[in-house]
Amino acid sequence: MSMILDPKIPSGPLEKKWSKHRGESKLVAPNNRPKFDLIVVGSGLAGASAAATLGELGYNVKCFCFQDSPRRAHSIAAQGGINAAKNYQNDGDSVFRLFYDTIKGGDFRSREANVYRLAEISLNIIDQCVAQGVPFAREYGGLLANRSFGGVQVSRTFYARGQTGQQLLLGAYQALQHEIAEGTVKMYPRTEMLDLVLVNGHAKGIVVRNLVTGEINTHAADAVILATGGYGNVFYLSTNAKGCNVTATWRAHKRGALFANPCFTQIHPTCIPVSGPYQAKLTLMSESLRNDGRVWVPKKKGDPRSPDQIPKEERDYYLERKYPAFGNLVPRDIASRNAKEVCDQGRGVGPSGLGVYLDFSDAIQRHGESTIRERYGNLFEMYQNITNENAYKTPMRIYPAVHYTMGGLWVDYNLMTNVPGLHVLGEANFSDHGANRLGASALMQGLSDGYFVIPSTIANYLATQMGKKASTEQPEFKAAENEARCRINRLLSIKGKKTVTTFHRELGLLVWDKCGMARDAQGLQEALQKIPAMRAEFWENVNVLGDGAEFNQALEHAGRVADFLEFAELMCLDALERNESCGGHFRLEFQTKEGEALRDDEHYCHVAAWEYAGPHTRPNLIKESLGFEYVKLSQRSYK
Amino acid sequence: MLIASFMSVASLSPAPVRKFSKNPLIAFYQSSIGKKYVVAGTGLILIVYVLGHLVGNLQIFSGQERINAYSKFLHDLGPILWLVRVFLLAAFVTHIVATIQLAQENRLAKPRKYAVTGYQRSTMASRTMLISGLIILCFVIYHLLQFTLQVTDPKFRHMHDSLGHHDVYRMLILGFKNPFVSLFYTVGLFLLTNHLSHGFASVVQTLGINNRKIASFVASGGQTLAWVVFIGYVSIPVTILLGIIK
Amino acid sequence: MNFKLKVWRQKDGASPGSFKDYDAKDVPSEASFLEMLDIVNESLAASGEDPIAFDSDCREGICGTCSLVINGIPHGPGKGTTCQLYMRRFADSDTIWIEPFRAAAFPPIKDLVVDRSAFDRIIEAGGYIVVRTGSAPEANSLPVAKHDADLAMEAAACIGCGACVAACPNSAAMLFVSAKVSHLGLLPQGQAERESRVIHMVRKMDELGFGSCRNHYECEAICPAEVSATFMARLNQDYALASAKKVLAV
Ligand SMILES: Cc1cc2nc3c(=O)[nH]c(=O)nc-3n(C[C@H](O)[C@H](O)[C@H](O)COP(=O)(O)OP(=O)(O)OC[C@H]3O[C@@H](n4cnc5c(N)ncnc54)[C@H](O)[C@@H]3O)c2cc1C
Ligand code: HEM
Ligand code: HEM
Ligand code: SF4
Ligand code: F3S
Ligand code: FES
Repeated sequence: MSMILDPKIPSGPLEKKWSKHRGESKLVAPNNRPKFDLIVVGSGLAGASAAATLGELGYNVKCFCFQDSPRRAHSIAAQGGINAAKNYQNDGDSVFRLFYDTIKGGDFRSREANVYRLAEISLNIIDQCVAQGVPFAREYGGLLANRSFGGVQVSRTFYARGQTGQQLLLGAYQALQHEIAEGTVKMYPRTEMLDLVLVNGHAKGIVVRNLVTGEINTHAADAVILATGGYGNVFYLSTNAKGCNVTATWRAHKRGALFANPCFTQIHPTCIPVSGPYQAKLTLMSESLRNDGRVWVPKKKGDPRSPDQIPKEERDYYLERKYPAFGNLVPRDIASRNAKEVCDQGRGVGPSGLGVYLDFSDAIQRHGESTIRERYGNLFEMYQNITNENAYKTPMRIYPAVHYTMGGLWVDYNLMTNVPGLHVLGEANFSDHGANRLGASALMQGLSDGYFVIPSTIANYLATQMGKKASTEQPEFKAAENEARCRINRLLSIKGKKTVTTFHRELGLLVWDKCGMARDAQGLQEALQKIPAMRAEFWENVNVLGDGAEFNQALEHAGRVADFLEFAELMCLDALERNESCGGHFRLEFQTKEGEALRDDEHYCHVAAWEYAGPHTRPNLIKESLGFEYVKLSQRSYK
Repeated sequence: MLIASFMSVASLSPAPVRKFSKNPLIAFYQSSIGKKYVVAGTGLILIVYVLGHLVGNLQIFSGQERINAYSKFLHDLGPILWLVRVFLLAAFVTHIVATIQLAQENRLAKPRKYAVTGYQRSTMASRTMLISGLIILCFVIYHLLQFTLQVTDPKFRHMHDSLGHHDVYRMLILGFKNPFVSLFYTVGLFLLTNHLSHGFASVVQTLGINNRKIASFVASGGQTLAWVVFIGYVSIPVTILLGIIK
Repeated sequence: MNFKLKVWRQKDGASPGSFKDYDAKDVPSEASFLEMLDIVNESLAASGEDPIAFDSDCREGICGTCSLVINGIPHGPGKGTTCQLYMRRFADSDTIWIEPFRAAAFPPIKDLVVDRSAFDRIIEAGGYIVVRTGSAPEANSLPVAKHDADLAMEAAACIGCGACVAACPNSAAMLFVSAKVSHLGLLPQGQAERESRVIHMVRKMDELGFGSCRNHYECEAICPAEVSATFMARLNQDYALASAKKVLAV
């Protein structure tokens, strides 16, 4: 039973597709909108902007998040900035160039039509945010400032100090709070979605748990929108917030939504290395550090000397050596992979041997300490606070860490999944970044989806649903609620010996090792053997104390880890199935002679969308092939 | 109307829910910032009085005639004096009522204190405003009884100088010759200083005049000014006790 | 490193709480304060005792979720948030008191977790600029002086953690409110709603049971986002001017 995926890409020339589509989309009349109930799960950039805008349009919105306030969604942590093709710097940027850079950055594994729309909408996003009072950096003349970011050749990144995500989210959050005050949106913080409810195959509601009281209940609606973020925490250690999870999307997947490209994860090269097993998360250091820092490791294996004792000739500036043109500024995946390579050779530095130096001594000599302090002072301070080392005196140590997940639920051009009524926005969908995401593009996508795309495309679904109201009294709701309750009771009744964190850490180590920066068939097969065993042990031996009818953080964590334990298998399977290297997915077997990712456009120029087929059953792989009409597929080269 | 609003807030204050009147003036007073404005405004009036009174009192160093003449001048103002007195009294009472209301709201806002205290920036002065204020109240009452109503020592009523003016000069010397009285004044003045060392800068902040450029100057300037007031006032009992003024 | 912890335990908002003693053993000095609590929780779970509930999410100092009052200081000694506090700041075998944020407007939920949704209610009362999505003018059509933009950014940096309320002897929310009122009030976009915004936000803050400011500046001293107390002076002035306008309009 293989289904055909229809991405519903509008016909016509690329630049006209979105306006044409909007023109042809169905409408819901203003007087009818209050009759539609919508559920938005997630209050990050994607969820908050969607909920606020849909509320403003007059729909009846319920918005959910597991944090204590919508303002604390993980989007708050984004530092670098947000891209937009405004061309304020007059440096030759354009909608097409942003589109092209994004397609190329994604290593030709994303949809042209979606990416073009994203680039187009980027212009409106900046206008919207500025009007809301987002305090973007400005020039002395009072106009908006830009910087170049993520290795592109134009300056198109808008930023607010190192707190761009925070400021954008606050803008969306404030708009959301306004709608809450207006009564169009009802907010449910500290509420976790546990399951999706389908009625006649349509997404009509969700099961949630109130994290304070432990109460489980259901909500019905005419459509469900998931904006629940990425699943990077399957690796246990990542730059994501502790609460990030795959639960909402995984539950929807188990109810029939296809999961696309789950193996596409982005590894960020400049994070602070792991210092010990107790560590709970990894901290990202801004990529901008690579503008002035030189990356090196000792030439000799296991060199015990402190960095200042190692003379220049005995250092291997491996990025400069291998990629003379780009040097330390090679893209994220290349920088990451090379760091892993030298560490695997036993030349890594620091107590764990998993680290490379990022050395500012030459830059300090050339520009003076004060200049470097001016450029990166706060980052050096943060580094010192965490590591207790002074990076002005001794080189920083960095190591790659999981940062972003390009995979997610499959959606069509309307951002609807194959399950009618279920829409997915932001990092939770797979849509716009292909196999790798450009820096400063995730924020753009979240806001594009939430402010501009879904408010107009959702009508295409809603218009077909007049008078088809679902109710929580329906048996489908009762059944799903009951399932969720049973699962929780089961978790609580195991009373095993190992803590949830122990399982999470073990899983993380395994997938990081086998399905992290570099993968090969053998390792992936090994992981595919081990994960089910780990999962079985979890359900027999996990220790979750307390009870379900109270504030119980271990229980919350247990539910999420249980889902990661299922999801990890799909991730590894997807990685095994994709016999090519592309973007963030690097298969050791598929590389050029120079060790670069080797794509196989003939066989893998597609989206791999997986259909759940039941427990202990191999999921079905459904392919959406990708056509490229406006860009020519080319091999990346940074030599 | 203002008094009426005192009452309504006072009767509401034990309940945590606060309501606002439709009348914007009453609503202003009912709000925390509004009351603070009133405290600061009346505080400022009292400050002006304290400074003016200090200048007047320091005339004791210019001799008996001078200060007695000054006293006569004030008393001869007649109705104007009464106007000022009523104004001052109203400010004083308002200041006290508003601060007590605020203190009560603040107690409700922090139902439980920390087991260990870790104050970083607040000062003894800032944390004891209510106590120092209440002691100032006692001080002022005694002070009025002593020198204005002259009930503590009936002798004061019948002292006149050679020009037939009320002899304020002798009254002060007689009063402060008593070391207990002097001690009481010193303590009272110390608490006033304490109150003002926070109060001066506080007024600037509360009225919204403070900004980044002047903030540190305001803080240190306020402290200095408070100590100037202290030294100014205390110089009178001290010099009398030491026999410098006779 | 080893520490003696005195931790506030409270089953839920309705039950009374008390301090309980715990030993934190073999904690690496590189561990963060929350990682130290993670370690303690792992050992509590192993011995069948309910782990200590505390809030955190980003663990990098930006989301404002982590709270805790450590030895009487919200977010503990030094600048920054609790998640950015590292154990090397303490001496071996120190006794550490850990309490929740305390304020009537932040009712307790469990152990060290409190309910800070009062802040959302304050923002709801007016902490926004109303812009219908899609109706915004071209971004560069409205220049903003760099000085104002920078100052607005300084105020906007508030992470909404609530530590100012926790630190304030009166549990005043002034620093938080002043940060939002100043952020929006400093920008030309924020002028249309400036007066109603400040009036509604201040009233909401009062209604929710926050105290008033007595200029103790504890809030400024511990604010992890280094929001300046001078924004509170701005708030006072904005509020008084807005009220005066209302009075005169009557
Ligand atoms: C450290 C860091 C720096 C970054 N810097 C940049 C940058 O400079 N530029 C850039 O473009 N991108 C950056 N990114 C990526 C970007 O921040 C994210 O991809 C983006 O913010 C995701 O937004 P979102 O709205 O999709 O999801 P999120 O912001 O993650 O929001 C998810 C929401 O879903 C809710 N949720 C999740 N699961 C459930 C559930 N089961 N039940 C109920 N609610 C749930 C959460 O409560 C939350 O409200 C960065 C990421 C990190 C980690
Ligand atoms: C001559 C007498 C007094 C003077 C000059 C004076 C002056 C001041 C000043 C300038 C302030 C600062 C206002 C601000 O914070 O902006 C203040 C605050 C205060 N005063 Fe007084 N005061 C006097 C008497 C009193 C008395 C008798 C009381 C007793 C109740 C009192 C209690 C307080 C309190 C509690 C505050 C702090 C209020 C707050 O900030 O919430 N004061 N005073
Ligand atoms: C050493 C310090 C002080 C001295 C010597 C002093 C002296 C006097 C004298 C002599 C009078 C009576 C004047 C007259 O009736 O002719 C007086 C009145 C008064 N003093 Fe003081 N004073 C001192 C400090 C203060 C302080 C600190 C305050 C306020 C906090 C204060 C408040 C008053 C008031 C309110 C009156 C009544 C004024 C009136 O008649 O309307 N005094 N003082
Ligand atoms: S003002 Fe500072 S302390 Fe208060 S909530 Fe904002 S960041 Fe936290
Ligand atoms: S500590 Fe409190 S008293 Fe005012 S200055 Fe800060 S709000
Ligand atoms: S956990 Fe986010 S600020 Fe501490």
